[in-house]
This record gives sequence, C-alpha cells and structure tokens, in this order.
Amino acid sequence: MSAPSITAPNVEIPWNLPKRGPVGMYGLIAAEAAIFTIFVVAYIFYIGKSLTGPQPRDVLHVPIFLTICLLSSSLTIHFAVRLLKTGRVHYFALCWLLTIVLGAVFLAGTVREWRHLIYDEGLTIQANLFGTTYYSLVGLHGFHVTVGLLALATVLLFTLRGDVGRQHAERIEVLSMYWHFVDVVWAVVFVVVYIVGR
Amino acid sequence: MSTESVALPLSGASKLPLVEQLHQWMTTVDHKRLGILYILYALVFLIFGGVEATIMRIQLIRPHNDFVSPQVFNRMFTMHGTTMIFFVAMPILFGFANYFIPLMIGARDMAYPRLNAFSFWMTAFGGLLLYFSFVGGDGLYGAGNAPDVGWFAYAPLTSQTFSRGHSTDFWILSLLISGFGSVGTAINIIATILCMRCRGMTLGKMPLFAWLNLVMAGLVVLAVSPLTAAQLMLLVDRYLGGHFFDTQAGGSAVIWMHFFWIFGHPEVYVLVIPAFAFASEIIPVFSRKAIFGYPVMVAATVCIGFIAMSVWAHHMFTVGMSSAANTFFVLSTMAIAVPTGIKIFNWLATMWGGQIHFKTPMLFCVAFLFQFLIAGLTGVMMSAAPFDWQLGNSYFVIAHFHYVIVGGILFALFGAFYYWFPKMSGRMYRESLGRLHFWLFIIGFHLTFDFMHIPGILGMPRRIYTYEPGRGWDIWNLIVTIGVFFQAAGVLVFLANLLWSRFRGELAGSDPWDAWTLEWSTSSPPPPYNFATIPEVRSRRPLWDLKHPEDPDWQYE
Repeated sequence: MSAPSITAPNVEIPWNLPKRGPVGMYGLIAAEAAIFTIFVVAYIFYIGKSLTGPQPRDVLHVPIFLTICLLSSSLTIHFAVRLLKTGRVHYFALCWLLTIVLGAVFLAGTVREWRHLIYDEGLTIQANLFGTTYYSLVGLHGFHVTVGLLALATVLLFTLRGDVGRQHAERIEVLSMYWHFVDVVWAVVFVVVYIVGR
Repeated sequence: MSTESVALPLSGASKLPLVEQLHQWMTTVDHKRLGILYILYALVFLIFGGVEATIMRIQLIRPHNDFVSPQVFNRMFTMHGTTMIFFVAMPILFGFANYFIPLMIGARDMAYPRLNAFSFWMTAFGGLLLYFSFVGGDGLYGAGNAPDVGWFAYAPLTSQTFSRGHSTDFWILSLLISGFGSVGTAINIIATILCMRCRGMTLGKMPLFAWLNLVMAGLVVLAVSPLTAAQLMLLVDRYLGGHFFDTQAGGSAVIWMHFFWIFGHPEVYVLVIPAFAFASEIIPVFSRKAIFGYPVMVAATVCIGFIAMSVWAHHMFTVGMSSAANTFFVLSTMAIAVPTGIKIFNWLATMWGGQIHFKTPMLFCVAFLFQFLIAGLTGVMMSAAPFDWQLGNSYFVIAHFHYVIVGGILFALFGAFYYWFPKMSGRMYRESLGRLHFWLFIIGFHLTFDFMHIPGILGMPRRIYTYEPGRGWDIWNLIVTIGVFFQAAGVLVFLANLLWSRFRGELAGSDPWDAWTLEWSTSSPPPPYNFATIPEVRSRRPLWDLKHPEDPDWQYE
C-alpha cells in the first residue's frame, strides 16, 4: 500500500518581521539603561554618606529652566520626524535645528553649573562622595547628550546639503529614539539628584 | 533545498597570495569568517589560560613548593580567571553563535555585519591589551607586571594605594573594551534572530539553538553593562581621585562586590546557556528523536534568564549581609535549580527510547549531562547560607564552579566542535582521535575536580600560595595536579585532530549526521551567501520534512 503523498498546503505564509533598526536601538538602550541604573544606585546608596562638605542641600540649585529645555527637545524631535514622514523637509530642518539648540542650551547650562560648583563652592570630584557620585552621574548623562548632539548635527549637515528626504524618515526615527532615551534618563537623574538627594 | 550554487567573482579565492588572503580575513564582515576568527582567537587564549592553570597546579603539587614566587602565583590565578571567562569562554560561544545562527534561521548574514566585525576586533584588542600587561604593567613604579588582584578584583586591592603601576589599569581597560565588543555582538544576535528569520520560521519553530542564544544575548546586554559601569567607577577612583570604593572617605568596598556579582552571576548563565544550546541540538540528532518538550525547554530557558538576574549575592554570604538578604538569595538560588532540572529531564527524555549513536559529540554530551547534574547538586548544597559559611572561599567552591565550567560548558563545547567541525571545514574529524581526546579528558577531569572537593572540605582556602604538610591535603593536591596532565594531553590530541582533519580528513558532504536544521542543507563549508534561494520552513525540523515528504513534521506541530 503506497502512503498517500502529503504536499504542503501551497499557501503563501504571511510574513512580517520587526525592522532591525529599532530592534538594535532598543538593545543599545537596554544596555545603556543598565549602565545608568548602576550609577543611579551608587548615587542613591551614597546620599548623605559624605564625611566632609560641601553637601548637596547647600550647593545644588534645581535647574528647572534647563530641564524644561531638554524635555521639550523631545517634543521638537518628535514633530521633526513626523514632518519628515510627510515629506515637509524644510519644516523638518527647522524643528531639528530647534532640537539641537535646546540640547546645546542644556549642555551650556551644565557647564555653567559645574563652573559655579567647582570655583565658587569648591565641589570637585575628589572633594567627597557627593562630588564623586554627582560628577560621575551627571557627567555620564552629559556625555550622552554630547554624543546625541554630534549625531543630530550630522543629520542637520546632510539636511542643509539637501541630502535628506522622506525616504530617510525611518533611520532618523531610530536616532530620535536615542534622543528620547537621553531625555528620559535626565528625568530620572533630575529626580534622584535634585529632589531625592537634596 | 539549496544545494544549488551561485558563481561568484571571488571563487577560487584560495589560490590568492597569502597576503591577499590575510587581508580578506582582516577586513571580512562575513559572519562565518568572523565566527571562525572568534573561535581561533579563543583557542589561542585557551592555551594561555591552560598554561597558567598548570603553573598553579605544579606550584601546589606538594607542600612548601617554590616552583614560582608568590607574586607570580597571584598573577597566574588572576590572569587564568580573567582569560578563561572573558577571552576564552565568551568569544568561543560568540563564535559558534555567529557562525550558526544565520545558517539555522535561513539568513544570509547577521543583522549588522560591520558591527559584527567591529565587535570581534574590540574583543581581540581587549585580549591583547590584557596580555600586554606582562610587558607594560610595571609602569614607573617597577611594581609588578600582570594584574594580581584576583579575577573579581575586590576593593580596596584595586585602589592606587595597594595597586601601584598599571597592572590593574590594564585589567580594567581590557575588560571595558571587550565588554563593548560583547554588548555589540549581543545586540547583533538579538536583532538577527528577531528580524532576519526566513519565511515560515516563527519564534515557535526556531531551533532551540537560536532560542537559547537569544536568551544568552539578552543576559549579556543586561549583565555586561553593569560591569562596564563598575569599571568606569573604578577608573574614576584610580585616575580622578574619586571615592566610590574608598572606605577612608565613606565609600564602600561591599558595593563593588555587589556591582561585580550583578555581572558575575548572570555571566555564568551567559556561558552555560549556549552549552545547553549545543546539547539541545546534538542530543536529538544522535538519539534519532525530535527534542522532548520544546515549549518547556524554551520556557525553562527564559525562566533561567530571569532568575539569573536575582541570585548574585549568593557569592557574598561570607561577607555578612542582613538575614533578610541572605534568605532572599538562598531562596532565589535554590529556585534556579528547578528550570535547570527541567532541562536535564527533557534531554534524558529525548534520549529515552531513541536509537543512540555514541559518536564523539554524543559522548561529550552524555558526560556533560552527568557532570552538569553533579555541579548543580553541589550548587544547591552551597546555596544554603550556613553551609556556604563553612565552605565559602575554599577549594570546595573552586571544585564546584570548575565542575560547571569544565565539566558542563567545556564538555558541551567539545561536543559542539566535533558536531559542527564537518560543516565548518568541509572535512570529517578522526573518530579514533576524538575518542582518545574524550577518554583522556574525562579521566583528567575527574581526577582533578572530583578530588578537589576534598581539600576544600578539609579547610584548604582558595588562592593560597602554598601550605603546611600534615593537614591531610597533600595526597589530594597531588592527585588533582596529576589530573591536569591528562587534561592537557586531551587538549593536545584535540588540537592535533583539528589540524590534521582540516587538511587530511575525508570530505564530509553537506549532511554527515543526517540532521534536521537548516545549516546542513548548505554545502560544507557553506558558500559566502549561505543560501542561493532563501528557504521556507513549516516545522522545527525543515530537513526532516524535506527528507520525509510522506510524513512531515508540520502535520503534528
């Protein structure tokens, strides 16, 4: 008796896989989040453990304006990507430039704050545990802002040369995910350093 | 399926001049070549790490020995641990993942080929930097060359006060750099598995090899990054005068232990999960049965991945934690034995009633099952904090984790070498040499690590340079050292087998084991593009479906 031959049903298997750009960026964000978690844990663990001054409550001022700048840059980059998706490149460039300006203002504000802390208050990374953890955590975040700004500036350069169009929206959205992440980290750093830690 | 081939402009590349060939290997972004580079690189470091272990064992062969100085002994155990974990085990497992994941999921390359090459060269550079410390570690102080702070580098040994010169800096920077490489590869593996599967290969139809490596990659992303953070803090302490781990200024030495083991324990699972992946591919093929309990295997692996993140402080029972913390880590450590046990039963059930072929890969896998079980049992013993207070930091601990890493991971890894060697080289290995390797290594392994438990129970602490006679440790240390030479002989036979078979072995053909996963549908070695036409799969064993059209798997899944 011959076995009935079984043929695979000849139907097209529906096939949708996630895009590798966002998946890779989520992976990077997970790794970065783990790094920041360790720094935040160290900061919280060492709150109030400094043996000598200066103490956070004496020298830190809540940077409300800078926080507004950085967090609103998340909005502008979001609108920029949406504008690019609909092909309005000029408005995209405008929103993108605004994002860079907001980020740069934040960075400049951090520089001013550090200058004040170092020269007027005498808080250095060697001064005490507060100095060590503060400059490490805020500095690590600032480093990420700097890297983000360099990437954003590269895109702006290409846009001004007229090389960026609607077809790049997906890639630029991946970059915007990184920027959103940097902003979310600031929200955490802000709460930990300037509210809980003060 | 895809035995068809495509003519390439580069075919006949083997006739190119040597410089040209080396240039191709240096600049390659092909996942198969990078996989082989990872593996060869790790084998070189395996020899370095093995020599360091042998030096330690010769030093301990009898009491009051002075084969090396205490300073050299400290460097040897530091370099042995660091090398074996970061520059042997991880790269070799990444190598296999790199080579076989795209082939198994029906893809032409990894998701990010250039990131792949970048990650490999970062890891390679990290290893070179670590070993450069033998030359450059002295610094201006003449303070001794290679790092000597132990592979977990507890504070305050790593502070500038106690570690002059640059040895510790070489240790920090090499791990930092290779850590970037590891995270890059892990992200690449995740993106490859999620985004590059061929049509029809849903997550539920992926080979277990891909599933387990997905969990491994997730663990690397979440576990290696904390180590990166801790190393950054240590750099701040050493170079900028920070106080993270400086107890003089209110810092904490214990928090370094937490940060290190938050990496260190998941790392064990990063290493052992790929070993599970090898066993899950080899055991079914040599038992001629489909894997037993596929969904449970996946669930158990994911479960291990989650629990692995919450057991780290069982390395710190002897440090003195609160009883609440002790209780939590005792329970979570015991809990992880449950999914691990499930996996062992699934492999046994796969073999049960199968037609078992005891070829060399299967021999290693059976030994892996047996030895990994014993390693797990001593692990459960030590998960009880009071027991650990007795034996923590003794040779019992050393015996336990070498049972995991050598008896479990290395045995599965040797099995994987023999199983996939025909695919990677296109030639069969010598079965007789494979068996000789197996028996030499298993005798050496049991001589060394079975008997290493005993001086541990008798109170011999780890990392001691020498010991007094008459404590009952002498005979056991002698036996342990004798075992090392059997293991070394086994590894030499293994390397000779690889070399000889690479050039003189008989041609293997595309599918020497009559196996079922997609890598066996390509020629051996696979062409650079892997598949001339991207395959389409309907079950977990696509090649079974192809070979048995009258009874395909997709009817039952």
